[in-house]
Amino acid sequence: MIEMQNKAQTPKNQSTEKKTEKVPNIYEVDDLNLWYGNDQALYEINMDIPQYQVTAIIGPSGCGKSTFLKTLNRMVEMVPIVKTTGAIRYGDQNIYEDKYRVEDLRTKVGMVFQKPNPFPKSVYDNVAYGPRIHGIKDKKTLDQIVEKSLKGAAIWDELKDRLDENAFGLSGGQQQRVCIARALAVEPDVILMDEPTSALDPISTAKVEELIQELKKDYSIVIVTHNMQQAARISDRTAFFLNGELVEYQETDQLFQNPEDKRTEDYITGRFG
Amino acid sequence: MRQMFEDDLKEIKMNIEAFAEEVKTALIRAVDCLYEGNVKEAGKIIEDDAKLDERETEINEKAILLIAKQQPVAKDLRRLIVALRIATDLERMGDHARNVAKATIQLGDDHGIPIPDEIDGMKKIALEMVDTSMTAFEYEDISIASKLADVDNRLDDTFGYVVKDLLNRSAVNTEQIQHIMQVSYIARYIERFGDHVTNIGESVLYLNKGKMISLND
Repeated sequence: MIEMQNKAQTPKNQSTEKKTEKVPNIYEVDDLNLWYGNDQALYEINMDIPQYQVTAIIGPSGCGKSTFLKTLNRMVEMVPIVKTTGAIRYGDQNIYEDKYRVEDLRTKVGMVFQKPNPFPKSVYDNVAYGPRIHGIKDKKTLDQIVEKSLKGAAIWDELKDRLDENAFGLSGGQQQRVCIARALAVEPDVILMDEPTSALDPISTAKVEELIQELKKDYSIVIVTHNMQQAARISDRTAFFLNGELVEYQETDQLFQNPEDKRTEDYITGRFG
Repeated sequence: MRQMFEDDLKEIKMNIEAFAEEVKTALIRAVDCLYEGNVKEAGKIIEDDAKLDERETEINEKAILLIAKQQPVAKDLRRLIVALRIATDLERMGDHARNVAKATIQLGDDHGIPIPDEIDGMKKIALEMVDTSMTAFEYEDISIASKLADVDNRLDDTFGYVVKDLLNRSAVNTEQIQHIMQVSYIARYIERFGDHVTNIGESVLYLNKGKMISLND
């Protein structure tokens, strides 16, 4: 275990770890390789993801960043030809071990997607969906969960009098925050976000970004984003992926001011990608 | 998009190099006036300083606009931050050339004080420093930039010598003390001019290394 941690802290091409107050890790990714059929999409990824921080993943299209994100909740297995080697430790368990129950993982790891995807139901039913599946039937308990989750997603004040309205009638930014509330309702530890603001206008984007800052007090967040300024604004650490490799993984301040790898510099300054 | 940004960065770089040439010219003219006792020309140098101030403003505006439009990061951002800082140093260097001209006017055209040769020597060192700093800036070369520390020490030593010499002179020419003071101010202005050139060297180091390294110790 100790050996693995050491390995995970010095991924390829990353020579020094700067100003680390040691934060516990929520995930420890160890020598992860992934293939879609015969095509390798991820190569030897070693990466510690700290708890209660925002970890951003950047890189050009096709670099493997969304694939990597989906390995963290094993959603990547929905593609039948996927094969992986290596380990991802969540807590003290390897989530890729045969005996690991993927259902347990999905309860602890919520996900928010690029396009808001509310169910064609009321705001209330959207948020209460997960808890109901988990067997909660008591109306009062559900009311409390819905209120708490919508507050957590910073949309309670806007929607508290519209809980019965169909979520499809909301603006894109509101829909996305309802989806975040839906993720929060099952009380996860981690929230994975796959380009959560790329379909939103700047005002809604700012609201979601502010919300992410709030959420990291209680949740660990991993966000894939094409918007590098967004990664710079909201994340604590940033990982740069290229052609399936983790090129550089640093404190965000360091990565955007003085990246160590020339490829990172070229990408963030817009010289390719 | 990228090419436009590259072109804009290049343009700012060329503006800075042109600005440095103008500042050099201001210092050459000011020291020439000093030796010639040319009060009239010294007045023109003071007027022309306004053009140098405009240069700084132009470069600042361009750099700030590019930061706003392109949102650069890493070395690109430092390139623009460094452009802002170098423009400020060049403007201050222009002010010191202007101060030399002002002191020349204060001295008047028949002050009867021999101007020490070392003032011209200081000017030459200062000009050499500007050239070195601009080569370092153009090629983003830290080894060239680091050389400025030694050259600046030479300038400081010459300044120390000039001041000592003037002090000795003032002890035996008490009636000329006002004029001797003006000449020592002039030496001081050129010494300060050199300090700003070392700041430019530091900016080049910052551009490359991403951290502040002093050349003035």
